[in-house]
Amino acid sequence: MNLESFLLMRSEIGLLAILLLLIIFEIFSNKKQKAAVIPFAIILLAINTALGFLPQESGELFGGMFRTNALLYFFKTTLSFGVLILLLQSADWLKAKVVDENKAPEFFMLIISSLLGAYFMISAGDFLMFYIGLELTTLPVTALVAYDTYKRISAEGAVKYILSSALASGAALFGVSLLYATTGTIYFDSMAEILTSSNLSILAFVFFFSGLAFKTSLVPFHFWTADVYEGAPINVASYLSVISKGAAVLILTILLFTVFKSLMPAWNKIIYIVTIATMFIGNLFALRQQNMKRFLAYSSIAQAGFILLGLMSVDQLGITTIIYFVAIYIFSNLAAFGVVQAISSFSDKENIDDYEGLYRTNPKLSLLMMLALFSLAGIPPLAGFFGKFFLYTAAASQGYYILVFIAVVNATISLYYYLLVVRAMFLRQSDSAIPYFRSPFYMRLGLILAAIGILVIGVYSPIYDYIFSISNSFLN
Amino acid sequence: MIAGISIYEILTLTSILFFIGVYGFFTRENLITVLMSVELILNASAVNFVLINTYLYPDLLQGAVFSIFIIALAAAETALAIAIIINLYKLIYSVEVKDTEIMKY
Repeated sequence: MNLESFLLMRSEIGLLAILLLLIIFEIFSNKKQKAAVIPFAIILLAINTALGFLPQESGELFGGMFRTNALLYFFKTTLSFGVLILLLQSADWLKAKVVDENKAPEFFMLIISSLLGAYFMISAGDFLMFYIGLELTTLPVTALVAYDTYKRISAEGAVKYILSSALASGAALFGVSLLYATTGTIYFDSMAEILTSSNLSILAFVFFFSGLAFKTSLVPFHFWTADVYEGAPINVASYLSVISKGAAVLILTILLFTVFKSLMPAWNKIIYIVTIATMFIGNLFALRQQNMKRFLAYSSIAQAGFILLGLMSVDQLGITTIIYFVAIYIFSNLAAFGVVQAISSFSDKENIDDYEGLYRTNPKLSLLMMLALFSLAGIPPLAGFFGKFFLYTAAASQGYYILVFIAVVNATISLYYYLLVVRAMFLRQSDSAIPYFRSPFYMRLGLILAAIGILVIGVYSPIYDYIFSISNSFLN
Repeated sequence: MIAGISIYEILTLTSILFFIGVYGFFTRENLITVLMSVELILNASAVNFVLINTYLYPDLLQGAVFSIFIIALAAAETALAIAIIINLYKLIYSVEVKDTEIMKY
C-alpha cells in the first residue's frame, strides 16, 4: 500500500480539509471578519463539488473496510452538489440571524462533518465502518436540529430525534451482532457468501432493517419525522429530508442487493408491506397538515415509500431507478424547501394559508414552488414523472402489478395535496398576501441551481443512461 | 470463556437486557431514564459482540474491536443527548416526557 492509494478517498479528504480550514478560520479571524465564513465555506465546498466531476478509479482501502466505485462516486458528487445548494439557500438566514451570535462556523462544520459521515456510510465495506458512518451522519445533524437554542420546539425536536435515533442504531447494532453470530465476519463481501436463510439470520435482518428504516423514515418508524422537521431550522429539515435520507436509501439498497440477497424471499414480503403502509400513511397524514414543514415531512415519507418500489426488482434496473429517483427527489425537495426558506426568512410565515395570493405578488417564487411540487407529484414533463415511471417499470418487471396499482392510486392522492398548495398560491386571493420581495443573491443562486437540476435531470436522458451503465458495480 | 457457563445463558441475558431497554424506552416518563434505557440497548449489543467473539470465533478480534467502537460512540451520543436535555431544561424547567408534546400528529 502506497500513499497514492489514499487518492481513492479523495472526496473524503477534501471534506476533511474543508473542516480543518474552517477551524483555522474560526481561530484566526477577528470579530469583523466573522461574516466572511459564509462565502469562504461555500467556495470551498463548490471547489470540492467541482473536483467530484473528475474521473475516479474504483478500489478498496484498509483491507476492504472502505471501497469506492463509479456508482458511489457519482452519488457522492450528487450529495455534495445538494449540500452546496443547501448552503447557498441558508447563507442569508445565517447572515441575518446567526452571525451576530457568533455561531455561523459551527453550522458549516456540523453540516460538512455530517456529509463526511454520509460519504463513509455509503462507502463502507464492513459493518464497523457502516456504523461509524451512520453515527457521524446522525450526531452532527442532531446538534443542528437544536441549533435554535432559544426556541422550545427546536429543543423538543432535537430530544425526539436523538432518543429515537439512538434506539434505532441500538436495534441495528443488535441485528449486526446476530449476523456476526451466524457468519463470523463483519465484512459485506464475505458475509454475502456465507449468509443463508435461517431463523436467526432473518431475525437479525429484521432488527437491522428497523434501524435503517428509521433513517429513511419508513412507516412503523416514521413518528419522529414531522416533529423534528417542524422543530428544526428549515435548512436542517431540508438536509434531513434529502441528504441523510438519500444516503440511507443508497446503503439500504446496496446491502439488500448484496449482503442480504440470500434472504430475498423473506425481505421481499417485509418491503412489500412496508411500501404500502409508508405510501398510504405518508399521503393521508399529509392531507391534514397546515404547516409547510410538516406537510413536506409527510410528503417525504410518502416519497420514501415510492423509492422502495425499486427494491422489488433485485437487478441493475432496480438500483438504477432508485438512484435516478433519489437524484430527482434531492433537487425537487431542495427547491421546495428553498422557497419555504425564502418566504419564512422574509416574513416568518410557514402555513399553507399564508401562501394565498402569492402568485400575484411573487410570481417567480410561486412558479418555482409549482415546478418543485409538480416534480414531486410526478406530472409528465418534469423529472419526477420519469423517476416514478421507471420505479413502476422496475416493480412491474417482476410481476408486482397490484403493488404498482396501489402506488398509482397513491400518486393520485399525493397530487391532491400538492395541488392544494398550488391552488392557494395561484387561484386564491388574499388581502394579507405576502408582499413582493426580492431574495438576496445567495438564495436566488440556490433556487436557480435547484430548478436547473429538476429540469436537466428530467429532460437530459444521458444521465439515466450513465447511471444505468455504472450501476452494475455491486451486482457481479 | 467462562467455565461452566455456556453461550446460551449469556445470549439469554443480553436478549433480556435488550428488551428491558426497549420496554423502558416506551414506558419511562423522564427523559434521563429514557436515555438510560437506550444505553441498556447499546450495552446489550456490545456484550453480544464480545461474547460471540470469545465463544464462537476466538481466532479473530472483529467483535471485540466492534464493541470498543460501540462504547466510544455511545459515549458521544450520550454526551450530546444530555446537552440537548439540559438545553430543554433551561427552556421549560422540566425533563418529563409529557412536557415535550406540544408538537403532535
